[in-house]
Amino acid sequence: MQDNNQLKIIDPNTLVPTALEMKNSGYRLVQICATRTEGGYELTYSFAKGYRLKNLRFEIAEETEIMSVSNIFEPAFLYENEIHDLFGIKINLIKIDYNGTLYKTAKETPFK
Amino acid sequence: MSKRSIVPFGPQHPVLPEPIHLDLVLEDEKVVQAVPSIGFVHRGLEKLVEKKDYQEYVYVAERICGICSFMHGMGYCEAVERIMNIEIPDRAKFLRVIWAEMSRIHSHLLWLGLTADAFGFESLFMESWKMREKILDMFEYSTGGRVIFSVNKIGGQRKDMDDDMIKMFVKLFGEMESDLRELTNTFLQDYSVNTRLRDVGFLTKEQAHDLGAVGPMMRASGISLDTRKMGYAAYPEIKFEPVTSNVGDSYARVDVRIKEIFQSIDIIRQAAKKIPAGTVDVPVKGMPDGEFMMRVEQPRGEAVYYVKANGTKFLDRVRVRTPTFANLPALLETLKGCQLADVPILILTIDPCISCTER
Repeated sequence: MQDNNQLKIIDPNTLVPTALEMKNSGYRLVQICATRTEGGYELTYSFAKGYRLKNLRFEIAEETEIMSVSNIFEPAFLYENEIHDLFGIKINLIKIDYNGTLYKTAKETPFK
Repeated sequence: MSKRSIVPFGPQHPVLPEPIHLDLVLEDEKVVQAVPSIGFVHRGLEKLVEKKDYQEYVYVAERICGICSFMHGMGYCEAVERIMNIEIPDRAKFLRVIWAEMSRIHSHLLWLGLTADAFGFESLFMESWKMREKILDMFEYSTGGRVIFSVNKIGGQRKDMDDDMIKMFVKLFGEMESDLRELTNTFLQDYSVNTRLRDVGFLTKEQAHDLGAVGPMMRASGISLDTRKMGYAAYPEIKFEPVTSNVGDSYARVDVRIKEIFQSIDIIRQAAKKIPAGTVDVPVKGMPDGEFMMRVEQPRGEAVYYVKANGTKFLDRVRVRTPTFANLPALLETLKGCQLADVPILILTIDPCISCTER
């Protein structure tokens, strides 16, 4: 990671409370990134406070469902719909859920 | 209670040649909610890392967008160079600053023209683009290209500018400055322009922070952040402070971008004075192994390049978070409470680049 970046590995079940902690500490959401791994996905949530970047990371199996953080960080709805549409990752309770129609791709979940 | 109706805006609209769609929920002519739709032309460029090796991917990165093409190439190269611990020559770092700031000036002038066009000030649009044309001529003279330059590579730059060329560019920017001042005075002082921009589309400092706004959109709401201060290329050698405004309306966003044009000219002058002699690239050995998250300040704001490599010539992942994508939630906030007639102007004040968003 970058010089002033931090990377913290978390349990997927602690995503929502950890995101809430970040929000209460004054961080804003920068991006959510999914990377394909063998049998699943690696998810990285990046938050910034000033120039400092903190990344939360966890791995999930292919069919695992995760909770949305869009009720904590409003912009998350776009990133969550994006990784759902491109990778097929199932995310529950997205604030604005496009149900697979954010990206009108010729092939369903093209990055899966 | 007023009657509610939903008006579709886009994906094709006269003020916006690129496809974005908004469902506008109106009470009479007042917008109470907006829901965006994107993804009409998603290109899947991130997926191309599976077919192009990490050196070839520079050409893909710079095709993410035709306006900030140089900066996309630079951001990707800087990320890979950090993974591979490559220290590029100082001259290459300064060249990156000069071409990046020229890109910022041309992008802001392009945007000023489009904004003038959106509120029907055609002569202002033409004057803005006439000036932008001079920057494109400089790009052509120094790189051979007007849109895609292909001067970035892993390990430095493919092309150099000789000292006479740099001096000529500084002189040209000096000559442009008085014309630019006249042009920008019209944007900032003309009655009709002010009427369309002032007190419209407010975004508070807290909203800009919470909604993840970036670039001039964020700085016009009083947040003093600019990722150039994080020190990539030769920016640590350059003296500048982020341009901000505390007002947070559409006028403030124009004001910030105009001041950034003059700041970029100053940065080019500083770089021209400090650029050392020497080579512009170093040989690259081995394959990248590791990951890096690079943050670069593009004309529209912070772009994030995440690169993950596995020790082979093909990367595991390239992910680009573009500034327009980050500014969409803030745009939705500015639309709340505005009149339907102001929607095109407000969309333009985030300086949307759908090409970047549909990477």
